[in-house]
Amino acid sequence: MQRGLGDFQNPELTLQQKIWQLNWTFLLLLVGCVSVGVAMLYSAANGSWEPWAKMHAIRFGVLLCGLLVAALIDMRLWMRYAYVIYALALLLLGYVEVAGLIGKGAQRWIDLPFMRFQPSETMKIAIVLALARYFHGLSYEDMGRISNLAVPVLLVAAPALLIIRQPDLGTAILLGALAMMVFFLAGVRIWKFVVIGLSGMAMVPIGWSLMHSYQKERVMVFLDPERDPLGSGYNILQSKIAMGSGGISGKGFIQGTQSHLNFLPEKHTDFIFTMLGEEFGLIGGLALMLLFSLVIAYGFGIAFRARSQFGRLMAIGVTVNFSLYVFINIAMVMGVVPVVGVPLPLVSYGGSVMLSLMFGFGLLMNAYVHRDLRIGRRWADTA
Amino acid sequence: MRPEKTRSKLFTRRAAFLLGGKALLMAGLGSRLYYLQVLESERYQVMAEENRINWRLLAPPRGFIADRNGDYVAINVQNYRVLLVPEQAKAAATMDDVLHRLERLIEFSEHDRKRVLREAARKRAFVPITVRENLSWGEVSRLGVNAPDLPGINIDVGETRHYPYGANMAHVLGYVAAVSQKELTGDPLLELPGFKIGKNGIEREYDLALRGSGGSSQVEVNALGRVIRELDRQEGQRGKEVRLTLDMRLQDFVGERLKDERAASAVVMDVHTGEVLALVSTPSYDPNAFSEGIGAEEWHSLVTNPHGPLTNKAIAGQYSPGSTFKIAVALAALEHGIPADHRVFCPGHVQLGDRKFHCWKKYGHGHMELVDALRESCDVWFYDIARRIGVDRIAETAKKLGMGLPTGIDLSGERSGLIPTKKWKREKRGQPWHLGESLIVGIGQGYVLSTPLQLALMTSRLVNGGKAVTPRLTLEQIEGADVKPPEAPQFETLGFQPEHVATVMEGMDQVVNHPRGTARRSALVTEGIAMGGKTGTSQVRRISQAERDAGIRKGEDIAWRLRDHALFVGYAPVDNPRFAVSVVVEHGGGGSKAAAPIARDVLDETLRLTPRWEPSDIIPEAAVNTDEETG
Repeated sequence: MQRGLGDFQNPELTLQQKIWQLNWTFLLLLVGCVSVGVAMLYSAANGSWEPWAKMHAIRFGVLLCGLLVAALIDMRLWMRYAYVIYALALLLLGYVEVAGLIGKGAQRWIDLPFMRFQPSETMKIAIVLALARYFHGLSYEDMGRISNLAVPVLLVAAPALLIIRQPDLGTAILLGALAMMVFFLAGVRIWKFVVIGLSGMAMVPIGWSLMHSYQKERVMVFLDPERDPLGSGYNILQSKIAMGSGGISGKGFIQGTQSHLNFLPEKHTDFIFTMLGEEFGLIGGLALMLLFSLVIAYGFGIAFRARSQFGRLMAIGVTVNFSLYVFINIAMVMGVVPVVGVPLPLVSYGGSVMLSLMFGFGLLMNAYVHRDLRIGRRWADTA
Repeated sequence: MRPEKTRSKLFTRRAAFLLGGKALLMAGLGSRLYYLQVLESERYQVMAEENRINWRLLAPPRGFIADRNGDYVAINVQNYRVLLVPEQAKAAATMDDVLHRLERLIEFSEHDRKRVLREAARKRAFVPITVRENLSWGEVSRLGVNAPDLPGINIDVGETRHYPYGANMAHVLGYVAAVSQKELTGDPLLELPGFKIGKNGIEREYDLALRGSGGSSQVEVNALGRVIRELDRQEGQRGKEVRLTLDMRLQDFVGERLKDERAASAVVMDVHTGEVLALVSTPSYDPNAFSEGIGAEEWHSLVTNPHGPLTNKAIAGQYSPGSTFKIAVALAALEHGIPADHRVFCPGHVQLGDRKFHCWKKYGHGHMELVDALRESCDVWFYDIARRIGVDRIAETAKKLGMGLPTGIDLSGERSGLIPTKKWKREKRGQPWHLGESLIVGIGQGYVLSTPLQLALMTSRLVNGGKAVTPRLTLEQIEGADVKPPEAPQFETLGFQPEHVATVMEGMDQVVNHPRGTARRSALVTEGIAMGGKTGTSQVRRISQAERDAGIRKGEDIAWRLRDHALFVGYAPVDNPRFAVSVVVEHGGGGSKAAAPIARDVLDETLRLTPRWEPSDIIPEAAVNTDEETG
């Protein structure tokens, strides 16, 4: 057994010891983010707990329990079932595809009694798990061989294609970007990214011709939001007005005119950061960005601390996923990138995203709890 | 462990690189936030306010119009409207259902019903739709009692123009109606839906003063345009009150007196100030129908009525003045060197070349002098004068008396009449003047045209001793939107010799007060006061020789529209004139029979209403003597 060698450096922790190992500061940061979300959702409903704020808090509470469970399970168990979880997520994506075909129309979710479950969200975590497991088994030298990259590329391509077919280009690109970064951190050679980057640029015109007209329109309006102030550019323009008019200190809690007079669309989901910017100004916006930065920094710290490649990649993958949400959403509402329908993690209202995020943070916490656990490269094959 | 270490080192390096990238990105987003919320903030604050705040113009109440005694002749009355808010109606029932229930309580047409449904489909659900206007008080209370069963039905109070004297004042006041595209002047009030402006008469003439200035309301709206609350309100300034020179008691009396005539008009004015005391034209129309919205049928009948109810005949009706014009001709004769005792023998006609010019008295008047000729209205005497002094000299005097030119009264739609001259005929018709035409002009026929107002003005300017008064309808001076206190009118003298004026007035005195005067049956009944005047009968067609021989002259024998117009101008008191009157009865027959009795009654009433009249009331210093230069 390979385990023998590392036994004295590889302490098996009891449950009680694991609980002591939880990173409480990080959990506090999460609670901070969610509190901002609850406050903004309370304001979005014109000062009411219904319909969003209360539900948001309850969801967080329930999922926090799930997070702890995920954190305390033995990391090797996650590693062992990584592919199984991936397969299940892929199956759900396939199910949505089939249901969409039957229901004659795009469908991205499965209706559950308490929430709308979006398999594409879960897939983001599943892909991190699967890639972490796969790359865990490859040495630095192995990474140099192109043949070894076929499997992870397939692992990414299958769900990405399914998501594109939904059609949800934004999520597919996000998934691709996430996978890309995991590849990069796993040690895929730089020149390969250069080649892919160049060929990707060459693909842009072809991709453009394959895009749906509404997707083209989104890009065009992004390039010039004022060209159609009452149509597609309306959201971006109103968002910028709301944020800009907030100024340094904002208009005050529940005082945002743009938000409360409904000039701002989707204020409880995608544009919640705008509402924060309007009501709490630059100070509020920067404060939340600082909170997010701390979460990301902690995530990176946990990844640095992990002794196993699986733990590192899992932690970094989850953190990168979180940061992608943050950057794209904030950039989107400020008119830096096109409107792609990405929520602000932990703040925007929405069950699916919260579920996958908390699942991801569970894994992150898991990597922290098991930071000193060493797992042999071949462990998974022999286990 | 070697490869594991390489792998971990590589990971750490790359992750650190990535973290650096993230930090840069975050800094980038932070600076973008700074750019939006600090550098560009002002611009976006303005845009946010523009989004949020709507300015709404508030229509000011229109100014009232009163007569000289303060009696209101145009006011605003409350107008109850039923409004339907589709949103509220749909919340409790269907639109059809609500309209059906409404139908059982108040009347409204199928047309209205369809319009409401159409508007409801087009407009946003919170925009109220007017179902019906001008509800009676009974209807309002019926709706109030049934309010719980009528979701979405609201009653709104607006203001509608109301004219208490109705048709009698229609021609003076005009009416108000919605603004047409052509009338937009840039005043934002005019673009307000439902705003009405004066379309005729005083309402139009002094619209700027009556309109007032709009207020504004600053409201907060949401993205759909729904008003959330009012932030600020600035009340407008209501329109100014306009005081007319009319005396409604007299105006009413004149209206009543003319009621029996099919088409007639009368003007009473103060000969010294030019103030118009009564100005009536019949038939008329109900101006209230216009402000409440006139139906197509009603409009059609007004337009096609042969008696022209829409025309203000007192200022826009042009008639041959007939014998009333002899006042001007007589004065012209004296002013141009013909003595008052100039004698002409009237055999009943006069021959000019191969044409025969008849006197109205078939067998002639015998020997006539100026005063006799005026008194008995001898055509032959005036034919002789016209032949002697010529048309241009008659025109000169007539124009001084205010004929052939717009009088300048503050009422739109005035026509100028016509006083022909040789030059006029050459320019307009391209033909030379014939002497025969001068003779016709001498008895106020032919090309000569005048309005009843001009006839009253001619009389005024003569009997006030030759002062160039101008008629007016308002007591104050109104310029644009400003109402200023009245100034004592300063009228120039026309330069007539006082004894010439006195001679003509003597003739006019005898018309009424001499046993052989043409209007002797119309002497005033007011004790101690007499009136002077002149009758006129103007032909509307030529009388053929056959008819003349058959003696068919009297009105009853011919169709109404072919009968002569009856005219009369008069003044009173005869020894110190204060009021002038003109009466024109269209196709009324002879002036002495149809017009003079009306004028007499009107002057009687005028004097009765001014009982404490004393000669000192007159403003003698008002006449500016420019005699020296002109004479």
